[in-house]
Amino acid sequence: MSWSQMQPLLTQGTIDTLYMVLWATVVSVLGGLPLGILLVLTDKGGLLQNRPVNKVVGVIVNIGRSLPFIILLIALIPFTKLVVGTFIGPTAMIVPLAIGAIPFFARLVETAIREVDHGLVEAVQSMGGSVSTIIRKVLLPQALPSLVASITTTVIVLVGYSAMAGAVGGEGLGSKAVTYGYQRFDTAFMLVTVAVLIVLVTLAQLIGDGVIRLLARRGRTAT
Amino acid sequence: MPRARHHPRRALDSDGNPVITTKGLTKVYQSRGRQVTALDGVDLHVREGEVFGVIGQSGAGKSSLIRCVNLLERPTSGTVTVDGTDLTALAGRGRRPNKDLRAARSRIGMVFQHFNLLSSRTVRDNVELPLEILGVSCAERTRRALELLDLVGLADKAKAYPTQLSGGQKQRVGIARALAGNPKVLLSDEATSALDPETTRSILHLLRDLNRQLGLTVLLITHEMDVVKTVCDSAALMEKGKVVETGTLADLLATPGSQLARELFPVTGDASGPDSTVIDVTFHGETATQPVISQLSRTYNIDISILGAAMDTVGGRQVGRMRIELPGRYEENVVPVGFLREQGLQVDILPAGGTETATPAPVTETLVKEAAK
Repeated sequence: MSWSQMQPLLTQGTIDTLYMVLWATVVSVLGGLPLGILLVLTDKGGLLQNRPVNKVVGVIVNIGRSLPFIILLIALIPFTKLVVGTFIGPTAMIVPLAIGAIPFFARLVETAIREVDHGLVEAVQSMGGSVSTIIRKVLLPQALPSLVASITTTVIVLVGYSAMAGAVGGEGLGSKAVTYGYQRFDTAFMLVTVAVLIVLVTLAQLIGDGVIRLLARRGRTAT
Repeated sequence: MPRARHHPRRALDSDGNPVITTKGLTKVYQSRGRQVTALDGVDLHVREGEVFGVIGQSGAGKSSLIRCVNLLERPTSGTVTVDGTDLTALAGRGRRPNKDLRAARSRIGMVFQHFNLLSSRTVRDNVELPLEILGVSCAERTRRALELLDLVGLADKAKAYPTQLSGGQKQRVGIARALAGNPKVLLSDEATSALDPETTRSILHLLRDLNRQLGLTVLLITHEMDVVKTVCDSAALMEKGKVVETGTLADLLATPGSQLARELFPVTGDASGPDSTVIDVTFHGETATQPVISQLSRTYNIDISILGAAMDTVGGRQVGRMRIELPGRYEENVVPVGFLREQGLQVDILPAGGTETATPAPVTETLVKEAAK
């Protein structure tokens, strides 16, 4: 395959991959953030200590994390069909990608929130702050750099997942690599696809690190 | 010994309204099946407008005590009343603080050993935080925050982030933040323990000034006697979850055998021989300025040696203790000792052989004293 033949495939693949990954990230954050916070708050000694809720959520998250993504992908086909109407194509793939990443992101959020100094929580409690005030004004802002790092990690994991989704009727770079590189034994195309994936992952990491550095600059530079 | 400077203070009404009262406050922690009693029936009365210090070793329960005052820690039993409101009744039985308790907390300021400032917010935004919780409008918040920063001497740091400040500056921000809700009471949980001596002094003077300017009642806990000596009007000594001694500093000094007085003004020195009497003399109020020792020497024609002494200014009054040695056994010195007592001095006779532990003399006690069990 010549470069001019490869180019449209790669462009379309990259667009599809970005589309799937970005939407799946948005859904994972919306789903994983509250779950992660819930895990911290309901834990022993937490602000909303509730062992049964904590155990149930913990078990669900663990099950979600232990399922191999390829199995989840196939197991979710009926559900995907129900939600999107089809189980093929980039839009349909957002469903399994997000469901696969929610428990993963939830655990990362849990770790990030736990790192917030309990003294700050106490300080706001002593001012008469409610639990929702503590979440909005202490836990989330203080954990923000860690949360951004967690989002970066999730995006990178999702890029990997999306390649797998390509094998099961998805679109994107993974699907192109399988169809053209693997099934047609086009090693050159395979290598180029891998190179594009590396670039995508590196960019995600650079952007994430850049945002964290920007956040960490608060308080470092003299004003 | 560093001499603390004090301006004359308005006299405290000895029957002043108690702003913080705890009754039978008990806190028991469950830890791996074992019960640890942190507070064992603590009765505390902090009067309006005073600086009250609770001192004790680590593990004595003082931290639990201050955290029970705004119910950050729920007492196992007993009551806490702050400014006429019974917080323990207000809190109800739920684990989560209800609206009433949160409203009551917003009227109690608190400063912490490790400052607990939000690193994600500027200094000004940190001070605004309690006002945000109170639902104060944006413009009003800014106005008030700048006013408070001016009060603590940090007007120029409003836009800085906490990581750019020194420890003392951070604690000033902590104090400004604690005052944002216009509290009547300020709780200080080892606020100076993470600071160097110089900074400690400046923070203590700030607390002192705020106490005077705003009529703020301050309850502070500390493990440093110097803190009590520098700013406190009254103090309580805690041991093993109990209040062992409590009273105004003046009363404590006037109490024979007071452990706090002894630790505030430690005097050492042993008798030079077996045939002598060693006594600890405590000066306070007007007696401190009278030349009693030379009068004693002249009147009874005896030689007095000074073994040790500690003088300081507490609450604008000269106070101190002195350990002196009189020739002859105690029986021979009954009259000179009587003379000292007549002059209004507190005299503790040390047992023969002069040890560190002074024997409490049976004199009318002027403070509540409970023996530690």
